[in-house]
Amino acid sequence: MSAILIFLGLVTAIAGWWLARQRLMSKPWLEVGPIDAFPETEAPVMHPAKIGLGVFLAVVGAIFALLISAYFMRMAYADWQATPMPWLLWLNTGMLVLASVALQCAVVAAHKGQLDNLKFALLTGALTSVAFLGGQLLAWRDLAAGGYYAADNPAVSFFYLITAMHGLHIIGGLFVLGRANVRAWRGDKLARLVLTTELCAMYWHALLVVWLVLFAVLMGWAADFIDICRRLLS
Amino acid sequence: MVDVTPHGADLIPPAEVGEMELYHPHSWWTKYVFAQDAKVIAIQYSGTALAIGLVALVLSWLMRLQLGFPGTFDFITPEAYYQFMTMHGMIMVIYLLTALFLGGFGNYLIPLMVGARDMVFPYVNMLSYWIYLLAVLVLVASFFAPGGPTGAGWTLYPPQAILSGTPGGTGPGIILMLVSLILFIIGFTMGGLNYVVTVLQARTRGMTLMRLPLTVWGIFTATVMALLAFPALFVACVMMLFDRAIGSSFFMPAIVEMGEQSPHNGGSPIMFQHLFWFFGHPEVYIVALPAFGIVSDLISTHARKNIFGYRMMVWAIVGIGALSFVVWAHHMYVSGMHPYFGFFFATTTLIIAVPTAIKVYNWVLTLWRGDIHLTIPMLFALAFIVTFVNGGLTGLFLGNVVVDVPLSDTMFVVAHFHMVMGVAPILVVFGAIYHWYPKISGRMLNEFMGRFHFWVTFIGAYLIFFPMHYVGLVGVPRRYPELGDTAFIPPSVHTLNEFITVAALTVGFAQLVFLFNLFWSIRHGKKAGDNPWRATTLEWQTAGTPPPHGNFGKELPVVYRWAYDYSVPGAPEDFIAQNDPRPSTQGGHA
Amino acid sequence: MAIALVLVLVVIGSVLFHVLSPWWWTPIASNWGYIDSTLVATFWITGAVFSAVVLFMAYCVYRFRHKEGQKAAYEPESKKLESWLTAITAIGVAAMLAPGLYVWKQFVTVPKDATEVEVVAQQWQWSFRLPGADGKLGTSNARLVSSDNPLGINPDDPNGKDDVVVEAADLHLPIDKPVKMLLRSIDVLHDFYVPEFRAKMDMVPGMVTYFWFTPTRTGTFEVLCAELCGTGHGFMRGIVMVDTAQDYTTWLQQQSTFAQLSGPAKVGVLVDRGKVTASME
Ligand code: HEM
Ligand SMILES: [Cu+2]
Ligand SMILES: [Cu+2]
Repeated sequence: MSAILIFLGLVTAIAGWWLARQRLMSKPWLEVGPIDAFPETEAPVMHPAKIGLGVFLAVVGAIFALLISAYFMRMAYADWQATPMPWLLWLNTGMLVLASVALQCAVVAAHKGQLDNLKFALLTGALTSVAFLGGQLLAWRDLAAGGYYAADNPAVSFFYLITAMHGLHIIGGLFVLGRANVRAWRGDKLARLVLTTELCAMYWHALLVVWLVLFAVLMGWAADFIDICRRLLS
Repeated sequence: MVDVTPHGADLIPPAEVGEMELYHPHSWWTKYVFAQDAKVIAIQYSGTALAIGLVALVLSWLMRLQLGFPGTFDFITPEAYYQFMTMHGMIMVIYLLTALFLGGFGNYLIPLMVGARDMVFPYVNMLSYWIYLLAVLVLVASFFAPGGPTGAGWTLYPPQAILSGTPGGTGPGIILMLVSLILFIIGFTMGGLNYVVTVLQARTRGMTLMRLPLTVWGIFTATVMALLAFPALFVACVMMLFDRAIGSSFFMPAIVEMGEQSPHNGGSPIMFQHLFWFFGHPEVYIVALPAFGIVSDLISTHARKNIFGYRMMVWAIVGIGALSFVVWAHHMYVSGMHPYFGFFFATTTLIIAVPTAIKVYNWVLTLWRGDIHLTIPMLFALAFIVTFVNGGLTGLFLGNVVVDVPLSDTMFVVAHFHMVMGVAPILVVFGAIYHWYPKISGRMLNEFMGRFHFWVTFIGAYLIFFPMHYVGLVGVPRRYPELGDTAFIPPSVHTLNEFITVAALTVGFAQLVFLFNLFWSIRHGKKAGDNPWRATTLEWQTAGTPPPHGNFGKELPVVYRWAYDYSVPGAPEDFIAQNDPRPSTQGGHA
Repeated sequence: MAIALVLVLVVIGSVLFHVLSPWWWTPIASNWGYIDSTLVATFWITGAVFSAVVLFMAYCVYRFRHKEGQKAAYEPESKKLESWLTAITAIGVAAMLAPGLYVWKQFVTVPKDATEVEVVAQQWQWSFRLPGADGKLGTSNARLVSSDNPLGINPDDPNGKDDVVVEAADLHLPIDKPVKMLLRSIDVLHDFYVPEFRAKMDMVPGMVTYFWFTPTRTGTFEVLCAELCGTGHGFMRGIVMVDTAQDYTTWLQQQSTFAQLSGPAKVGVLVDRGKVTASME
């Protein structure tokens, strides 16, 4: 359960940092009157959707951290056999990086008011993401063609499970990104596209980070890394 | 008292916060069915939760009938008993208590108490309810599935949960259960995002965190915990579905199922237990923290005294929330996990007892030198303290690893968790309903029926579960549909079991009176007015009762003080509303 | 008002019930008296706290109930009182935890001279295996389970040949000799539980769990299953007899070894599903 505990440690650190600024040590019964004196303790002026997405990403992070925890726990058992990873995954990773970069460009374009750039960046983001999903499907096909089915060996089961879970999250994001594309290409006012673009970019960056971690775990680097650390310690 | 603003309270501009465009329903359907108003969603959540809770209650009668009078009821076979037990446990914990505290009370109280017009994502909030309803329907469907619902116990441990020796194990029963849980988690996450972001973002001006009523603190912390804990159940359910549906071996080792070699290989049942309890223990506090918060407000309001040690109460809620993620394996002391974990988890578990005890002290100290009005909510709050202290203390037996060894998996455990997470939170639910029903409906609940309900429920529940500890102490294991003629169990235990059954049926009957009261008082209850309990928090200062869509009329309230200004020295009245701008000595209800 | 009285009655009733009721644990038959003592100490501490809190509450309700013209005190907090209460609670908790951990240390430290005894659970019966003359149990695997080899003992392991197999029958143990119970299941989770021994542990398919104890009293003790294992869970009983050394030897000589059982003339019960379910009803 170490992966999830590390993840929760991170979440706790963020929550603690935020709580530390909320004057939890103050004595509220002594402070009558509006607290203009302490503006930082009022509700922040960020868009709720961004905070909402942030919280949602914490939930998503917990899901994947738990899957990784389960992966490592299961790995310790005798019947575990590492699977050959389809080389296609490298290409897919590249696609997802591109998608993230494109969406970052979209955010920049939106802030600068460049509608055309925004449109193309959004489209690139969506297309590379679809390419990523297609690539993942091909990777599945490769594995199955090599005789690795989901039920055969736990490493393979985990591969299918984890990639499917990650892919589902991308598909969910594509609904929003698709809508943003439609609106951008239909000629919505740019000012109304800023928020959704920012949200998409944030989500894609997070899913990219998740994927990079998952990739490291599935490729076995994470386990090697832990091994090395362990040896260094002892 | 310090007045923080130099230029006095009057200069505050009218509230400008929260001018988000409210969704305005246009038809009866969008107003009452596909509603986006958190108050309507709250009632939908509560109604559904109470309805399915009633099913769980009836199942508990059937189980008790079997335990009290084994052999009398032919239709309660061992299979049926396990199915009743599993459904009862799962419904009570998840579909009733979690849904009611967070979906019901959370939706109703959070926007009102923080001074918001609604939840921040009303549409998502609506989806949350409908997915919850779907989850409930899938659960109910499993009763009618071939082979019936699963009988694997609410813990759903593999391998047995998906094998033929367990009722519903190879039929659709277990699959429907897993799907229903997955749906519940998805629906809850949608609601949970709302509750968290509303507290973070939609607080009205002046409503700093330290001015929040403890109810909001409790529900908020519980929601954060639930958002982080439910993923563990989600992952466990998905992996179990894989094992069941496509024959993978996440949790399934090589076994012999009823004389035949199974296709599985090498999986780890203990891994499931880790995942399950990583969710399961925080779940206890997900149910308990809202109860803690609500009961603090009930006690303070009805004792006309500020909650004692507010700051400690807040820290304790947050501390308990954080700590409860590192105690999960105290449910696994005898599971076969590495015995050295016992040292760690026993220590963390007993450490949690300290902030919990502080909360109890502070409730009791709030009564000290109070002006205690023995209203029905107050009675329930007192009863909560008794049962919670009782159940919390028996938790020290089970948390202290070596004492748990003889007691684990006996009726002692059943008695303990019913006392601490069954009876205690349910008593708060009742207290809260008596307290807020006047705001929700505009009328008071009938006093006579209410008192009858209280006395039977409190005394009855104590009589059910206190003696049950001793049945466990004798050595009777839990999840036994009958004791048979077991040499070490004296016949007197059977008599005790009969007594418990009679008490359980009586308590069950009293709940019907309560339900009747809920409906009867909508029309016949005494008119309540806006603030019948003379309480300080914002939900009592709304524009009209029941509060209209948007809660506060044209302008949102501005908050000038904390939630507990009761009996302030020098004030003309014994409470000052949170949005009362006048200095304390002139304060009082306008 | 009535509530103050009822609160007092709850305390008195609970204490009287504890003291007077006939329901208490079964007389102990193992070395784990320490567990009982820790439990009793916990009862004392928690009982005192429960009575104190509830009685104090009853007093408050009685003394500070609403009367005309009464006003509550204004008292947001008291650092001193809260610190004291925290400290006292911490001490009380430590007083329970310390002995608990101490005894747990003993519980998980198996003495060197403990003899191994294997318990094998399956839906819904108990079987046992004792090391033969060589004092070693042979390896086993659920994959090897068949009607000829119901416990899945590895036939190629020479250590297993002389193992004594007690299938679906009573287990005998010699008194005053520490035993390490090796627990194994071939199908689902079970839990080997004899109330008089106080110790128990889950049996998990795919792994071997254990606990140890020393029987201290001769007699016949019932084995119950303490982990829900399917429909027959409540009926999954077995017998452990604690014998004097002499009786034990006599019993042991009547048992067959794995080699004898897997030879042409088989004794013992076969895994017969119909029979198990029938005997359960
Ligand atoms: C008067 C009310 C209730 C009665 C009479 C009752 C009775 C029972 C009984 C007889 C069992 C089975 C015990 C066994 O054989 O092991 C049980 C199990 C359970 N009950 Fe209740 N119960 C009540 C209320 C509640 C409440 C409010 C909760 C909410 C937390 C709850 C949660 C559970 C759970 C989680 C189980 C365990 C199921 C399992 O072993 O898988 N019960 N209850
Ligand atoms: Cu727990
Ligand atoms: Cu069992």
